Amino acid sequence: MEWEIVIGLEVHTQLSTNTKIFSGASTAFGSEPNTQADAVSIALPGVLPVLNKGAVERAIKFGLAVGAYIAPRSVFARKNYFYPDLPKGYQISQMDLPVVGAGALTIQVEPLSGNAKPYEKVVRITRAHLEEDAGKSVHGASQGLTGIDLNRAGTPLLEIVSEPDMSSAAEAVAYAKALHSMVRWIGICDGNMQEGSFRCDVNVSVRKPGEPLGTRREIKNLNSFKFMQQAIDYEVQWQIDTLENGGKVQQATILFNPDTGETRSMRSKEDAHDYRYFPDPDLLPLDITPAMIEAVRATLPELPQAKSGRYTSEYGLSAYDAASLTASREMAEFFDASVSMVGAAHAKLCANWLIGEVSAQLNRDGLDIAKCPISATQFGGMLARIADGTISNSGAKEVFRALWSEGGTADAIIEAKGLKQVSDGGAIEKIVAEVMAANADKVAEYRGGKDKLFGFFVGAAMKASQGKANPVQLNEVLKQKLAG
Amino acid sequence: MLNLSLQQQGLALRARKISSVELTQLYLDRISTHNPVLNAYVTVDAAKSLAQAQAADVRLAVGAADPLTGIPIAQKDIFCAQGWRTTCGSKMLDNFISPYDAHVISLFNGAGAVNLGKTNMDEFAMGSSNETSYFGPVRNPWDIKAVPGGSSGGAASAVAARLCAAATGTDTGGSIRQPAALCGITGIKPTYGTVSRYGMIAFASSLDQAGPMARSAQDCALMLNVMTGHDARDSTSLQRDKEDYARDLHRPLKGLRIGLPKEFFAEGLSQDVAACVQAAVAEYQKLGATVVDISLPNAKLAVPVYYVLAPAEASSNLSRFDGVRYGYRAPDYTDLTDMYEKTRAQGFGEEVKRRIMIGTYVLSHGYYDAYYLQAQKIRRLIAQDFVEAFKQCDVIMGPTSPSTAFNLGEKGDDPVQMYLSDIYTIAVNLAGLPGMSIPCGTGANGLPVGLQIIGDYFKEAQMLGVAHQYQLATDWHSRAPQGL
Repeated sequence: MEWEIVIGLEVHTQLSTNTKIFSGASTAFGSEPNTQADAVSIALPGVLPVLNKGAVERAIKFGLAVGAYIAPRSVFARKNYFYPDLPKGYQISQMDLPVVGAGALTIQVEPLSGNAKPYEKVVRITRAHLEEDAGKSVHGASQGLTGIDLNRAGTPLLEIVSEPDMSSAAEAVAYAKALHSMVRWIGICDGNMQEGSFRCDVNVSVRKPGEPLGTRREIKNLNSFKFMQQAIDYEVQWQIDTLENGGKVQQATILFNPDTGETRSMRSKEDAHDYRYFPDPDLLPLDITPAMIEAVRATLPELPQAKSGRYTSEYGLSAYDAASLTASREMAEFFDASVSMVGAAHAKLCANWLIGEVSAQLNRDGLDIAKCPISATQFGGMLARIADGTISNSGAKEVFRALWSEGGTADAIIEAKGLKQVSDGGAIEKIVAEVMAANADKVAEYRGGKDKLFGFFVGAAMKASQGKANPVQLNEVLKQKLAG
Repeated sequence: MLNLSLQQQGLALRARKISSVELTQLYLDRISTHNPVLNAYVTVDAAKSLAQAQAADVRLAVGAADPLTGIPIAQKDIFCAQGWRTTCGSKMLDNFISPYDAHVISLFNGAGAVNLGKTNMDEFAMGSSNETSYFGPVRNPWDIKAVPGGSSGGAASAVAARLCAAATGTDTGGSIRQPAALCGITGIKPTYGTVSRYGMIAFASSLDQAGPMARSAQDCALMLNVMTGHDARDSTSLQRDKEDYARDLHRPLKGLRIGLPKEFFAEGLSQDVAACVQAAVAEYQKLGATVVDISLPNAKLAVPVYYVLAPAEASSNLSRFDGVRYGYRAPDYTDLTDMYEKTRAQGFGEEVKRRIMIGTYVLSHGYYDAYYLQAQKIRRLIAQDFVEAFKQCDVIMGPTSPSTAFNLGEKGDDPVQMYLSDIYTIAVNLAGLPGMSIPCGTGANGLPVGLQIIGDYFKEAQMLGVAHQYQLATDWHSRAPQGL
């Protein structure tokens, strides 16, 4: 019998505030160790936390973006445990009353195997809560000692917890990507996974259909989508093998080793901490008024779902194209800027080029749209010349390649390379007449009923124009003249 | 000169009858003479104090003096003061030089007060006799065999022995009022949130509140005028307008309704203390006040509730003392866990460890609801009792402590007997109300007795007026211990 896979995610997103969640120290990445550790970050005796309003606004923004409940009152709690990079001996987090309650995120799943079609799925979000990050232990800093860097201590995090709604690695990755896109879309997180701004913990269990949930194991701290997929695949297989061999899965926290592609247990349930959560008496309950929520709502950009809906209804794009264009805010902004240059009537042209040629070239160069060497202005300039018939599609490809590698404007490239197509009716008629004169026998055959020869005349005329004839016009003139 | 009140010393300074340097030197000399016996100060730094006095003299010379400019006061060693060793009475912080000023310290510095030194205290403010200090017990200047009370025992002893003009204290369950009573001085714990806790080493954050200890209500009012005010660095600091706590000192008592809770005069109260308190109430009636019998039915639960909540918060607050970043670290250890265990086993004293154990227990999984949550509920009932009581009276009076000062070592091996020393003061902290103690007689052993005055929220000015009127009519507050 088949196994059913059950996956839920806990994602730590680092909020893009300039200062820490409970102090005025900078959150900039990559500074010399402990240069951003102020009295609060070090947890000197007597210091107290003061909540950063910017972190709260970002949490509200996220809640609004996923249609979630925003708690009018939430409470900060202390999670107590000892670790050298946790300076207070407790982490300030939220437990019973989180700032963001239940919401949902729609994801586009691209199945990894075979010819299965892409599909849409709604993943329920359980909650999202504010908390502070810990510092870093720097092992082997000097002579076998462990150093402590508290620059990161107190960096604001929004921990986003999903329901166990995903049933494959593909769905888990799609959810993580959609969430990653969303937090960047609404500008609450830079999404930099290498710097740890977006870290995923994945809870995985397997069961036979219809049976209660199996025992889960939690893969901690995945910071790439590729590793996430590998880790889930390995873990699912491990759990299935274990169960099929008559073993039992024990609840555990595990780590994924990208070098070996394997997961290994970090600690079992028996070693689990008793965190002794209790409300932090240094912080008042966080009260969020309807006015605060509305103020944040006013700063919310058009969300991907709404944008995608508008693309299909206003521009007549397919749902798939609309979803592709709203996969990231940068892509959508690039599209919007291009459309604004060529007009809504040519939105489809714009979409085809972006999803086709541009995306392919980005993939080849390993870039994302934010790093695209062609600006939306350059790109729109090129599309405008396609739209007004100045260049043909093949001419446009040449312009595009030149823009990509050398820059400049479409108009200058068209000029320099002589790519302007001939749209002058008289000139085209002259070419057609010459071709017909040079191939009188074929004209006769065509007129005798051999329709297939039309292609030959198109090719010959296009060649005679050195590829510059406007193909639409050329077709019309040829049809008219050959008809006799 | 040292027998003058703070207010009178201020007048003398501003009239240039004495300089701050001279006055400071007088106190420093007296400290040199008596501190070896009393042990009221943990740290004295004459050079630092005299430098502050010189600066104060400049202000006095140019007529830019505030009421406290040039006045030598003592700071409880719970307040972080930049450049000063700040120990909190613990071996854990024996070597800790604070790199920053507590809000209270910066306010006194701004007012031009001179810091004479850091006063001894029970370790991390946990104690009622000052016997838990790592730096040895403080002695009561009225009888050096007796304790001064605690935890602000060094402050109370120093004020009573004229080793400072006034002092700061902190009060979590009675730590200002009980030592004030046992040393025959005046001390007030204001409404929770009135004095910033920033830089005050936390014991139990939801209960800790700083206040002044001085020889009279009038002097306390002058101190309070400096200490109070909103501080954005403490989220529990109240946003209220600055007020003049001396404004009601001269208000007549006619019509004042004094509530006497029957629970404060029940079993456990010594006869001699009861007699002094009753005599004080009679004096108030002579001054025009009327007496109302009231009840605080849940007050009897204050001690058990306190000994759940305060240790719970303390167990978390003291987690930062882990040997990693500052303070004491055990010299020999094998690994991280061993370092934590040895550091905390060696760095904390018995009473602190006892409370960390209790606090850890009541927050543990499976016990939290039965202890911590239940205690929070009763805490609200206790506060509600006071709300009801203040519908019938303006102030509540009773004994501050059940007996006069006991002898050193007398209650050392019975923590519960020690805890009962605060039976009348703890409910006030649980409710967040202001409370004070003023001298009102001497017990059978000739040692001072304190009268506790409890006011409604933010009624400090009224309470100080009530105390001042009594001090105009009696001389208990101006009696000094003999033989020093």
